Amino acid sequence: MGEQLLQLLFSGLTLGSIYSIIALILVITYKVTGILNLALGEFLVIGALLTVSFKSMGMPLIAASLLAIIIVALLAGVLERLTVNKARGASSLTMLIITIGISISLRGLALLIWGTDTYSLPSFTASGPIMAGGAALNPQSIWVFLLAAATLICVNTFFGRTYWGKAVKASVLSPIGAQLQGINLSTISLAAFVFSGALATAAGICIGPVTMVTYDMGFMLGVKGFIAATIGGLGSISGAVLGGLILGLLEAYSSGLISSGLNDAISIVILLAVLLIRPEGILGAISERKI
Amino acid sequence: MKKIIFKFSGAVIMLVLLIIPLLLNSNYLYGSLIVIGLYAIVVQGLGMLMGYAGQVSFGHAAFFGLGAYTAAILTTRFHWPSLLALLAAILLPGIVAALIGRQTLKLRELYLALATLGFGILVHILFTEGGEITGGPSGISGIPHLGIGSLILNSDRKFYILIWIILVLILLGIRNLVRSRTGRALCAIRESEYAAENAGIDCIRLKLQAFIFSALLTGLAGGLYAFYVTFISPSPFTFHASVQFVLMAVIGGLGTFWGPLLGAVVVVALNEILKELIPLIVPGAGGEYQIIIYGIILVALMIYRPQGLSSIGEFFQSSKKSLVQDGNEVN
Repeated sequence: MGEQLLQLLFSGLTLGSIYSIIALILVITYKVTGILNLALGEFLVIGALLTVSFKSMGMPLIAASLLAIIIVALLAGVLERLTVNKARGASSLTMLIITIGISISLRGLALLIWGTDTYSLPSFTASGPIMAGGAALNPQSIWVFLLAAATLICVNTFFGRTYWGKAVKASVLSPIGAQLQGINLSTISLAAFVFSGALATAAGICIGPVTMVTYDMGFMLGVKGFIAATIGGLGSISGAVLGGLILGLLEAYSSGLISSGLNDAISIVILLAVLLIRPEGILGAISERKI
Repeated sequence: MKKIIFKFSGAVIMLVLLIIPLLLNSNYLYGSLIVIGLYAIVVQGLGMLMGYAGQVSFGHAAFFGLGAYTAAILTTRFHWPSLLALLAAILLPGIVAALIGRQTLKLRELYLALATLGFGILVHILFTEGGEITGGPSGISGIPHLGIGSLILNSDRKFYILIWIILVLILLGIRNLVRSRTGRALCAIRESEYAAENAGIDCIRLKLQAFIFSALLTGLAGGLYAFYVTFISPSPFTFHASVQFVLMAVIGGLGTFWGPLLGAVVVVALNEILKELIPLIVPGAGGEYQIIIYGIILVALMIYRPQGLSSIGEFFQSSKKSLVQDGNEVN
């Protein structure tokens, strides 16, 4: 029993780190642009699938990954210019529907190029599972933890210590004030999308060996990221990471100990519970209200 | 005089459109119009909720599914008469909406969108994992046709007539509702909840009523859908169906009289046209192109026409204006 609990802890933390990364990207884009990007899961899937294709053309994994990251980052940037930038100032519902439209098109594109097959990516390190206390830890899980930790540290450093990070924070607090200081909001929004494309691809490549990749898995991953971000409070960076880990652990334990068929249902129940009991999240402040 | 012509032009055009299919008597046309009619009933309620109460729901496919499954389960498993089952199919989503709405509607904007999205996914999982009661992923077949007294609606033509009679009645009902005290209070909530609250409007109660009302209409459409197709599975009730409903409401134009109907027509027609047209342009193209172009059109509409289509042209514009004016005149 103890071994099983430890095993579930490992898989819960792996799953949780994945959700944390997605939630982090969502929260950053939301903080910077005020947009909840529902197409994020599609960026992740396309990035991972591109890596699979480049790899099968004979490229080494690192080169394939870098190329995929660059392509999806560019794609995200182009999409931002073509859609979000053109609709600047529209309501949050309009923006949400725009990102839904982007996600529909990208899913169609992925289906067109890669079909309905399931693809797998090779693990970064070729060693077998690490045995710890009678439970097996997949070495790839460690890569996922590392990516989540690195992302969190980079994001915190960026917002806390760099000029650009502070500029971005300022522009969120007061868009007009920031513009008067010469901060270009449109550039910030572009950068946020390019960054989210790149990071989503990195996340996709990291989790590829753990979960396998299909063209249609982006939506549910995006929703899980949302739920994680909501648990933490939509505007909070550390909250997003915490929310991701909580969600991953709850999912792993409930599906391991109760039933795996209700996996998605459990995360939704958590979402509804958080929204109804404490909609501002565990760490989040109450968001501004429309008057 | 001009105003009077505009006022009745919508009704006249609609009447003509209703009669033409009966003369042509084509099953393809009936089928498409039945689907449009069913969606339009859903979007009437959703449009009320979004356009007047200012609340978004990404979970209406769940109410649609609850209506359909209620009708299917009661008639096939418990052998209820179809009309009684239809009544239950209307009421159950309303009851569910009342239960979840009181808490959910306290949430604002994106949080409400998230909560309803979650509710929609949850209900879809229940349909799929429901075992013997819902038939799991393979669904329920052998649902009887809708029977009203000795009249059995077993042809597309009969069903078409029923759906559009219901739709016209709902259109008229909503027109009256919007002009009433309640309708104006709803508009006030959309503009500013705090101001409305200060003016003595019980916002939560009114939003809850709009939510329940839209769930009742959606349940009705769901029940009718089950009796029309006589076979249901979880697949038409996914999150994507909910998105489709929101789209129809937004594309048609929120807070307009013809918006919901127009939105349903445009989205269904778009699906059909893309299905026919794309293989002609790109030989051998499958459904993928359809999905891609659908998404692109959606994004383009949101960028260039976020207020919806129903302000296009003199005819729709005038009916929109007259609605606002009439609302003021009642004062």
